[in-house]
Amino acid sequence: MTEPLTLTRREFLVRSTAVGGGLLLGFHLPVTGPLAADSDPLSDQPQAVEVNAWIVIQPDNQVLIRVARSEMGQGIFTALPMLIAEELGCDWDRVQAEYAKASDNLRRDNVYVTMATGGSRSVRTSQKYLRKAGAAARELLIAAAAQRWGVADDECLAENSQVIHQPTDRKLSYGELAAEAARLPAPEMVFLKDPEEWTLIGKPVKRLDVPDKVAGRPVFAADVEVPGMLHAAIRACPVFGGRLKRFDAASIEKRPGVERVVALEDAVAVVADSWWHARQALHALPVEWDAAGNGKLDDKHIRAALEDGLTSKDTVIGAQRGDVAALLRTPVRQMEATYYAPYLAHATMEPMTCTAHVRDKRVEVWAPTQNASATLEAAARAANVDPLQVEVHNTQLGGGFGRRGAFQDSVEQAVRIAKQVGRPVKLLWTREEDMQHDFYRPASMARLTAAIDSDGRLVGLRARVSAPSILASVRPGAVRDGLDPLALQGFADQPYAVPNLLAEYTLRELPVPVGFWRSVNHSQNTFFRECFLDQVARNSGQDPVKFRSALLADAPRQLAVLNTAAAKAGWGRPLPERHYRGIALETSYRSHCAQVAELRLNEDGSFKLLRVVCAIDPGYVVNPDTVEAQVESAIVYGLTATLFGEISLKGGRVVQGNFHDYPMLLLKDMPAIETHIVASGGFWGGIGEPPLPPIAPAVCNALHAAGGQPIHALPLGALGLRLS
Amino acid sequence: MIRLTVNGRNVELDLDAQTPLLWALRDTLHLRGTKYACGIGLCGSCTVHVDGQAARACMTPLSDVSGKAVTTIEGLSPDNNDPLQQAWRALEVPQCGYCQPGMIMAAAALLREKPSPSDADIDDAMTNICRCGSYNRVRAAIHAAAASAGDKPHD
Repeated sequence: MTEPLTLTRREFLVRSTAVGGGLLLGFHLPVTGPLAADSDPLSDQPQAVEVNAWIVIQPDNQVLIRVARSEMGQGIFTALPMLIAEELGCDWDRVQAEYAKASDNLRRDNVYVTMATGGSRSVRTSQKYLRKAGAAARELLIAAAAQRWGVADDECLAENSQVIHQPTDRKLSYGELAAEAARLPAPEMVFLKDPEEWTLIGKPVKRLDVPDKVAGRPVFAADVEVPGMLHAAIRACPVFGGRLKRFDAASIEKRPGVERVVALEDAVAVVADSWWHARQALHALPVEWDAAGNGKLDDKHIRAALEDGLTSKDTVIGAQRGDVAALLRTPVRQMEATYYAPYLAHATMEPMTCTAHVRDKRVEVWAPTQNASATLEAAARAANVDPLQVEVHNTQLGGGFGRRGAFQDSVEQAVRIAKQVGRPVKLLWTREEDMQHDFYRPASMARLTAAIDSDGRLVGLRARVSAPSILASVRPGAVRDGLDPLALQGFADQPYAVPNLLAEYTLRELPVPVGFWRSVNHSQNTFFRECFLDQVARNSGQDPVKFRSALLADAPRQLAVLNTAAAKAGWGRPLPERHYRGIALETSYRSHCAQVAELRLNEDGSFKLLRVVCAIDPGYVVNPDTVEAQVESAIVYGLTATLFGEISLKGGRVVQGNFHDYPMLLLKDMPAIETHIVASGGFWGGIGEPPLPPIAPAVCNALHAAGGQPIHALPLGALGLRLS
Repeated sequence: MIRLTVNGRNVELDLDAQTPLLWALRDTLHLRGTKYACGIGLCGSCTVHVDGQAARACMTPLSDVSGKAVTTIEGLSPDNNDPLQQAWRALEVPQCGYCQPGMIMAAAALLREKPSPSDADIDDAMTNICRCGSYNRVRAAIHAAAASAGDKPHD
């Protein structure tokens, strides 16, 4: 190459620090010089160097990128390092990922910003500071090389894990420069690449966690092994809110392997030399519980409480425009329908588990957590120690789906048990314990009323939701005057241009614990709304796609995914006999998603899911293969709920206990899934949850199209609608 | 004392004969690739091979495997390069990954019996539960592994 090198616009901007408009660094860099990772300060061997809190460079040029959010299958263990590597200019084949430590985050003034993993937020809320961290490290490496060569920074270029002095073609690897780079003052300002300059972001990169997962290497919390460790099995009071009354420890203490029986306020645990011994002994342990007055709670009470909320006076307004009430007093055409969705369990494949070791006011825990900082705080509270004395080892999660972040119940249990036992203890719940002591997706009812003008246009929509509040237990301060701001997801923020809108919420407190379940209240509210809109469209003789399109004139991105899904699914084209389609749309976690479900209704009333066509616009895409995988994942999770998911209560207890009575979609049930990524750019949307809300209404709308009745409740199995 | 082979090695287990194979593998032999998820043989996360047949280790008492050859995910391939593992990596099948060792072991038993399975064969054999929804990729990877194994001469 003899052509003179020309600086790109970006290179020019990066060098021209006098030019305004750079992004100020929003994170803290180490000020004490190189902090060696796993360092032995007396060693004269070359050491790994922490260039900043996110990036460790090894002498052999391997780059270790720290991940502060949790990997539960959604791909962030790869996507977040990609964001850093894009700006760092390192060779992706030499990148490894490791978890950032919650204890470091605590000691280093929140250097990792947040470790909470939920709300489809990992990429969209950290992308800017991660890219800045990569850019800042790159600038330090360039500065270190320039210093060594005695040249100006702006004659140097960083790419492929090396700094190149362009006029002389000299090169130094990142590994050779890291120690010097880490001693330099952090740049006050860095420039980020324009999206069209990205070379890694947007490419289908192989996930970093897959090789271990295919080899069966122990990466999960359930696989943790600590020297001297004992195993614990636990049973909590089967009635919510109940307490442990008495148990007969003597009757099982002589059983093989049993070391201790540990009483907690609302649970009893057996600690033994193996989990099987612990579980067998626990099974044989006679226990009496105090149901604390909740021992009579049945489904009918729950339904009655929710139904009451549909008409009671304590409802509150969450969103309002125009005047729906006035409109409904006019002779305008109206429709009304009432919907129900049940409690749902998360049923992560890896049941709740945590290993804890408590000694000398110090606590160590190994946990599959969606929030390592929350785990650290919970462990400190449970052991009554200074949070600075807690170390959390977060592992890969055998599924999360919202179960393992806001609630740290199994962490607290493990710490309390380990504190009493004085040795490391691995607590593992049975599947039954997991299913019966979840924080469930709230059961909900909604009554929807539509006003339709003489052109068939939706001119008014009133939605009243009656449901328990998730935030009332997670962040009570967030619920003001009876309004849980998340309860009206899918109504208060619905995407259609309806001139008159009223969204109301009635909070109904019930003893069943509720929590965040993948896509949270969109998981039921979108089902209510999109089924209702189909009913309105069909009852007024309109095509469901055209009906929605007419309401999306000012929402081009939603319109684009709706039209893409419809076109790719062949909407409007004739189908084989007994085949039917349904469509649904939702915007959630800032991403737009439309799905068309196609099914075949058999003569015996059973049906077969054939195909789901999904169009999704998350704005920018980091790893398109992960986006497709998350679409597949959310559809399967949502289909399981649509078809089978129902947690019911009898005598204050959850009836279901395992996969025989809380069944899951299986491979044989799968429709083909086609994903069309319509990445319009300009914003960062989530991906773990947004493809979930449309699937239930898309399937139900296809069943409605099949000539059956409109669907007003889930799961379909409870309505006698079954897969063939 | 129960004697068996696990991944080709002779093993003696001083455990109650009714102990499920799963817990002997995980807690006694420290082979933790085989997972617990339901404990009643429904989900397949604990799938291993007993004399070449897929078995759900959570419901297999040690008395049933005395004198038999057990293979776990750790023993499927010496270098983790079984055609299924290659296909699983190529198609990025795992998400959380917890159920995947059981999935791969179930698929390996299927391919031993039916080297070129039809979709219906896969439907029948692959009854493992995956909450992350890897199913369509599992199907594709089984077909891909079958095709790649078919391309190679048998030894």
